[in-house]
Formats: sequence, C-alpha cells, structure tokens
Amino acid sequence: MEKFQTLRSGVVPLPIENVDTDQIIPARFLKATTREGFGANLFADWRYTADGQHKSDFVLNDARYQGHQILLAGKNFGCGSSREHAAWALYDAGFRVVISSYFADIFRGNALNTGLLPLQVSDEVLQGLFEVVAQDSQTALTVDLQAQTLTVPGWNEVIHFELDPYKKECLINGYDDIDFLISQEAAITAFEQQRSWVF
Amino acid sequence: MAKTLFDKIWDAHVVREVAGGLTVFYIDRHLIHEVTSPQAFDELTARGLTLRRPEQIVATADHNVPTRHQDQPIQDPLSRSQVDKLTENCAKFGVELYGLGHQYQGIVHVIGPELGITQPGLTMVCGDSHTSTHGAFGTIAFGIGTSQVTQVMASQCLLLDKPKRMRITLDGDLRPGVTAKDLILYVISQLGTGGATGYFVEYAGSAIRGLSMEGRMTVCNMSIEMGARGGLIAPDATTFEYVKDRRFAPQGENWDRAVAYWQTLYSDEDAVFDAELQFDASAIQPMITYGTNPGMGIPLSASIPVLNGGSEATSFDKSLRYMGFQPGESLLGKEINYVFIGSCTNSRIEDLRTVAAYVRGKQKAAHVEAIIVPGSKQVEQQAIAEGLDKVLAEAGFELREPGCSACLAMNDDKIPAGAYCVSTSNRNFEGRQGPGARTLLASPLVAAITAVEGRLVDITQYLN
Repeated sequence: MEKFQTLRSGVVPLPIENVDTDQIIPARFLKATTREGFGANLFADWRYTADGQHKSDFVLNDARYQGHQILLAGKNFGCGSSREHAAWALYDAGFRVVISSYFADIFRGNALNTGLLPLQVSDEVLQGLFEVVAQDSQTALTVDLQAQTLTVPGWNEVIHFELDPYKKECLINGYDDIDFLISQEAAITAFEQQRSWVF
Repeated sequence: MAKTLFDKIWDAHVVREVAGGLTVFYIDRHLIHEVTSPQAFDELTARGLTLRRPEQIVATADHNVPTRHQDQPIQDPLSRSQVDKLTENCAKFGVELYGLGHQYQGIVHVIGPELGITQPGLTMVCGDSHTSTHGAFGTIAFGIGTSQVTQVMASQCLLLDKPKRMRITLDGDLRPGVTAKDLILYVISQLGTGGATGYFVEYAGSAIRGLSMEGRMTVCNMSIEMGARGGLIAPDATTFEYVKDRRFAPQGENWDRAVAYWQTLYSDEDAVFDAELQFDASAIQPMITYGTNPGMGIPLSASIPVLNGGSEATSFDKSLRYMGFQPGESLLGKEINYVFIGSCTNSRIEDLRTVAAYVRGKQKAAHVEAIIVPGSKQVEQQAIAEGLDKVLAEAGFELREPGCSACLAMNDDKIPAGAYCVSTSNRNFEGRQGPGARTLLASPLVAAITAVEGRLVDITQYLN
C-alpha cells in the first residue's frame, strides 16, 4: 500500500447521496482477476453512453475537474456491495481522498485497506464545501493526515477529522493489517485450542 | 453482567484486544466465490503466505455463472477465466469447492445453511455483503472486502472495531399476503439506506419468531441494505430443527452438546442495546420499491411520496427520473416486463413453493418474461422432486440453473434498458440488473401475482 501523508488538490464535486458501489463500479466490470485497471470503468454508467461516448453532463467528463484527486460526495457514500473493486477503481482513477458526511462501513474499511482516505465531515461542512467548489472549480483543499486537518481556502478555521489511530499509522506508513495479524500467531494458536463451540 | 446475543458470540471470539480499541477477532467459517477471491489468493502468494486453515473455507461458483447449459463450457471468456481461476486456486490451496456441476453448487448464502455449514454461535465471513444472511441462525456473519479475505486466509482473524448493537422488535400477526420480505422492506423503508450504519442488528419479537428459517434468512440478508454490519436472530427450536441432520451438522453426542450450547444464545432480559426500535408487524402491508435504493419502499397500494426540498431532493429526483415515475403517483396498474425470482434473498425451496402454489393452473401474462433461478442444485432437485418444475413450466415460467443471475447481472441474465422488472432480489440500484434496467423489489408472492397479471396490482385482492 502507498503511503499517505499530505495532499493538496482540487476537488471533483458529486452532490449525490447514497452513491452505491454498483454506480462506482458496475458488477459487469468485476470479472478481472487482478487489482489493476478498474479506473477506466469508474462510474461507467454515469460517465459513458451505451456506445462508450463520454456523457458531457457528468462531472468526471468536465475539463475543469481533470486531475483533481479529492472526490466530494453526498452522504452515505459507498453503500451496497462489499466489492473492494470500488475503492480500487477510485484509486486507479487517481483519487486519494473521498470527503462525505458519512460512509458505508464496508466501503470505509476497503478504502483504508487500499490507501484511499475516507474523510468524514459534518453535514454543514459538506454543504459548505460544495458551495466553495461551486464558486470556484479550482479550489484546492489541503489534507494533512498527521494533523488530521482539512484546510479550505478562505475559511477561518481548519476542519479536524476523526480517524482510528491504528488506521492512521497504517496509512501514513503504508502498512496493512496482514503483517499485524500474522504477528499475532501465538495468540491465535492459543485461542484455537480453547474453542468449545465448534462441534 | 447482562449481555446481548451479539455480545455473547463476539466475546467468545476475541483473540485479544489491542491498543486503540481494536480487536483481533477469530473467524470460524470462511466462504469464498470466484469474484472476490482471485486477488486475495494472488496477494497471499505474493507475500509468501498460505492458507492458515483451509478446512475452514468452503468455495462455490455463483456470481458469474450462466443459468442455462451449465454442463457446457462458459461462453463469456472473462467469466470462464474467473471461474477457472477459482478451480485452480482451490486445487492448489486445498479448499473444498462446490463448483459448476457439483451437487452442492449454488449461491454461497444458500448452500452454507442448507449444508449445515452455518450453525448458531459461529462467526462467518465472505467477500460478499449479503453474508448477513447467515445471522438467521444466531451467527455473527458479515461481508468483507478482498483485502480482508486475504487477512482471514492468512490468519483466520480480522482486526475489527466493535459495532454498536441495535434491536429491532417486530410483534404482531402478519396480514394475509405479508411475508418476511415485506417485513424487511418495511423496516428498511423506515430506517433508510444508511439508518443502521455502524450497528449490528438483532431482530426479535413474535413476528420474527413465527418465521421459518427461510423467512429469517430473507430478513437478515437485507440488513446491509440499511447499512448494518449484519443482522442476527436468536436460535430456537425452529433453528435446531432446520440444522439437524444436514451434511455438516453436528451428529450424535455432539448434536446434544451443540444444542445445549446453542440454547444459551439469546439476549439476556436486562441486556442494554445502543438503539432499540419497535414496529407493529400486524400493520405491515405487502411492499414494493419505487426508487433506486432499497430504502425507497412503500406499501403496494400507497403512492410515491412527494418530497419538499431538503438535501435529499436532488438524489430523489434523479432516482424517480431513472425509474420513469412521478412523485405522488400510485404504482397500481403499471405494466411490468420482467419478473425475476431468485437471489440469496429469495431463491430457497419455500420461495419456489410459494410461487408454484400461486401460479398452479394459471398463466403468466403474455408480455411478461418470468425467470426463476433456484438458489442451489439442491433447491433445484427438490423443486423437481416435488413437481414444481412442471407447475412453473405450465404457467409459462422458465426454471433456470442455480446462480446469482439477474440479481447483479454479471452473467447473461440482464434486464434490458428501460424495462421494468419486479425482482425478489435485494438491490434496486441504477443498472443493477443491467444498464438502464428498472428494478422494483418485492416478495416472491408479489412477483408471482405480478407475472400473472402483467401489471402491479393490490395483491390482497388476488390471494388464493
């Protein structure tokens, strides 16, 4: 997993609530057996017509937002299927942060395991961010993971965000859970010897 | 100290607690399928690791398989390569595989229970969000991403934060025509698609206790559709009777010991939940969804709500535009093009019996294409043994071979753009059943009646 420390980037606004993982990456694109290449089909049905043309009214096809690495989305982002491919697709398309006022549980975990930061803010802050980006499509936000802050140009105060301290260390250092779990071998073996509920 | 059912099972599976409030949590059973496992096996190999407990893993091919001519090679090269990869990985790593052609093949959440792999008090995971289904047995079961699939493969554990506990109590006798699917669609319509995020839900009350295991599985299956990590129901005599004598159920003396333990799995009377909700089950009516998330459900005879502004307005309008519906209109009389009966929510023998009992001696409407996809080879064989296949065929329904099929349309079973499909599956997301497809979620009974009438009707006027 790549390290994540700080990011200063423009934003792609997607003011839709309950964006489900079938929209992020439709099931018919889940047939690959590797992790790479899902970005081309990110939001495929919103992004392309049936014959593969770019839909001009979808934000990812808007020239003003090209290269921006922060996705700003309505609440309950990532609901639905457990497919980690959704996080892989966002990452592969260049996103490093998704900001929303809350995330579906499985997506949040998948994002953290992919090196994509799910940054949760209040409903009011989310609304404010949509307004800032609507006024200036080139607004650049700064995310500082160590300080757990989001800096918005023109705002008097920085926004603090919450993140599990263990997950924060993992992201900053590019670690994942496997190394930690493997290191627990002795405890796991001891535990297995006393399982009394398996008949 | 008084404990909830969830806490009892959780506490029994804590290997150790680590700094920061996370738990090394032990997983008893791991189900895998062809879509979310290949990258996990590759990761394992890349790190020089292997499966810690291959005997605690069971694999099947379900998401991507055709539902016709399963005896022949899969036509779609990508689907074929994914299914082949599963076969290769299972052979290489020593995992039991119920692949295409095997007598136990089927949807992962149908075969676990029917083989007795799913048992009370266990922890189960699968790279599939509908793993919550197994909670019907008093099991902590939940869906995980592929990185977590790798973690369980390597360590038989996950690093988790403990979810909050919610209890949803449904008391009262069900009205005629109201089924488990209507109960859960109603609950989701009340909580919304994110209303239980962060919680593990216990379903309780007389309406839940009165359900068969198939019905309880339908309820727990859709827990994820309101954002819950999972759902579970305290095991009781109905549970024990279902599990007894199944292929991997405890036998003989072990059975008695198992039941003695399982009888301790309930929420203590004074256990405290982080959230409690109560609903009058006798007031619930047959349900249908009108929008593009499972929370957008109404009684079949009610009208689509009218929203007055708010942050949800943009998404709501987008959803109704996609569906071709207007705020405030009734769905009754709407013509339907497809009926899909299947998925891990409603493809068990009880569901097929419900449909067959209604359509016996009737004909589907000429313009409707009605597809029934059994949840497993065993369900298919049982349906044939009971003669349901003939009843369904005479009514114009096509009985296919097992798989996830048009629930997520990874295979060839797709609903065309713009067409309306009444579906017994679990998600009505945009494009879920094929690009542009319009899905209305409902019970198998509503689906059967809709297929015969060719349009949405007040089913209470049509009950046999």
